[in-house]
Amino acid sequence: MSKFKKKKEGGVPAISTASLPDIVFMLLFFFMVATVMKDNDLMIQNNLPKADQITKLEKKDRVMFIFAGKPHARYVNQYGVGARIQLNDRLSDVSEIRNFVLAERASRDPALEKVLTTALKIDKEVKMGLVGEIKQQLREMDALKINYTTTKGSVLD
Amino acid sequence: MAKSNRSAPPEVNAGSMADIAFLLLIFFLVTTTIQTDQGLTRKLPPIDKTNIDPPPIKEKNIFTVLVNRNDQLLVEDKLMDLKNLKQAAIDFLDNGGDGTCTYCKGANNVVSSDNPDKAIISLQNDAETSYKAYISVQNELVAAYYFLRDRECMARYGKTFRELEAMYEDPKTKEAQRLKIEPMIKDIQTLFPQKLSEAEPKRN
Repeated sequence: MSKFKKKKEGGVPAISTASLPDIVFMLLFFFMVATVMKDNDLMIQNNLPKADQITKLEKKDRVMFIFAGKPHARYVNQYGVGARIQLNDRLSDVSEIRNFVLAERASRDPALEKVLTTALKIDKEVKMGLVGEIKQQLREMDALKINYTTTKGSVLD
Repeated sequence: MAKSNRSAPPEVNAGSMADIAFLLLIFFLVTTTIQTDQGLTRKLPPIDKTNIDPPPIKEKNIFTVLVNRNDQLLVEDKLMDLKNLKQAAIDFLDNGGDGTCTYCKGANNVVSSDNPDKAIISLQNDAETSYKAYISVQNELVAAYYFLRDRECMARYGKTFRELEAMYEDPKTKEAQRLKIEPMIKDIQTLFPQKLSEAEPKRN
């Protein structure tokens, strides 16, 4: 033992880097858990209304999203100020919902087709005329399960 | 003591690094919420291609809720505040006017609905109604149905309807128990069926 001891016994031992991988792994796991994979880049304002009689949408693979609202300030020149709908990552016309639903169905497991829910993320300022058109399109496509996505809160204030 | 190697600076003790990292980890674990979407789940009516006339419904079995372009409510031809809507809907559904409803606790008013099974809530909105008002009204009407279902479920099975639904949806619930819950849910749903009809928005 003492045979290998160096002369400078009094010196402080070097920084151990043995725990560095653990730290890095921890950070890695943290970011893996906390990051959402694909959050649609919204081009519209999307302040959801409040409700308290709500159910959770658990299974992401059974949900498709339709957004609606007024275009963001930087898109106003291009799209105007009227409320528009957004499918995937571009502003669309209501008539495009048909192809959107077909594409979404084709990309999912065929067994899930019957339980596929459409989450309507609609800004609270949108007028019901547009919402009615969206609903009519979905009825025509036989996509009858819908969820009006809201945030939790009392409707009275 | 360190006279022999004065040129090299003393090294920092890294033993507490792990503790710091853990603190950070726990802090972020506690503060981040992984967002799940939630909302009002509804079912749209299928498009009816047949041209059969719907069976006639007595006027007293229909509870009309109109929302105009200024987001004002007209309930049964009377102006109403949103906060009174839930109670009005409960009174209508729970009325039991013809005396065939044994579990109703309402006023048995002959000019209101006969039976929860026949009572229909009709919601009509204008094309200019805001989505916020529409969701608020939907929310209050759904709340009225849940209130009655919870009450009846509590009396019969000692649990609220929401609890039963949550148990049924929970993947951890065993299959045998799920089979037991299913008829209970069906039973409550037939006692207070959700008959919420939506007319196409008016255009003018």
